[in-house]
Amino acid sequence: MTHLEQLPPWAAIIVALFVAIGATLTLLGGVGLVRLKSFYQRLHAPTLGYSYGTLLIILASMLLFSLSEKRPVVHELMIGIFIMITTPITLLMLGRAALRRDRDRKLGHDEVVPPRNRAEPPTEAETEDPQP
Amino acid sequence: MTADILRFALGYAQIALILALALACWRMLRGPRAQDRVLGLDTMYINAMLLFLVIGMGNGNVFFFEGALVIAVLGFVTTVCAAKFLMRGEVIE
Repeated sequence: MTHLEQLPPWAAIIVALFVAIGATLTLLGGVGLVRLKSFYQRLHAPTLGYSYGTLLIILASMLLFSLSEKRPVVHELMIGIFIMITTPITLLMLGRAALRRDRDRKLGHDEVVPPRNRAEPPTEAETEDPQP
Repeated sequence: MTADILRFALGYAQIALILALALACWRMLRGPRAQDRVLGLDTMYINAMLLFLVIGMGNGNVFFFEGALVIAVLGFVTTVCAAKFLMRGEVIE
């Protein structure tokens, strides 16, 4: 591990702090994922790791590789921008799917594929027809 | 001295991320409904990506970054497909 000794002390302390805080926040998100009661509460817990964990670990990685390779290394920003774009999309789609499944469960058909009508818009068509 | 602090922090980060991975895996195995399992799987993807980044920082190896990028892309595609499947019953309409 020669590249770790090359760092100046302030950079080593900042990198250690960022990595430790980011990993701790990700672990707290995992604990929340296990301990919270309903699905809509659990949907919020791992976003701690998605946002703060990714941001802090990426900043620490950029600082470490920039100082150890003596050139600006910014390709970790690609992961950061990708996660920043895709996380709202995935969690929004998952939340909408969960809402729809819960609504269908109240109507009485759990775990059954809802019928898909091509004529009407599908969300309105599912709510209108009464299920036995 | 400061390298020891950095090495300790990287080891702690790896242990914490592996614990988070285990907790997400517990949620994926025990989830009461299907959306809980999908959320646990997505969290596992993100935690594995962060673990790859931290391992790459500890090794001084840049190639772990590409593995982390591939894991991020695969996690996005997997979760979107699973959410569409849960909503519709089919992936490609």
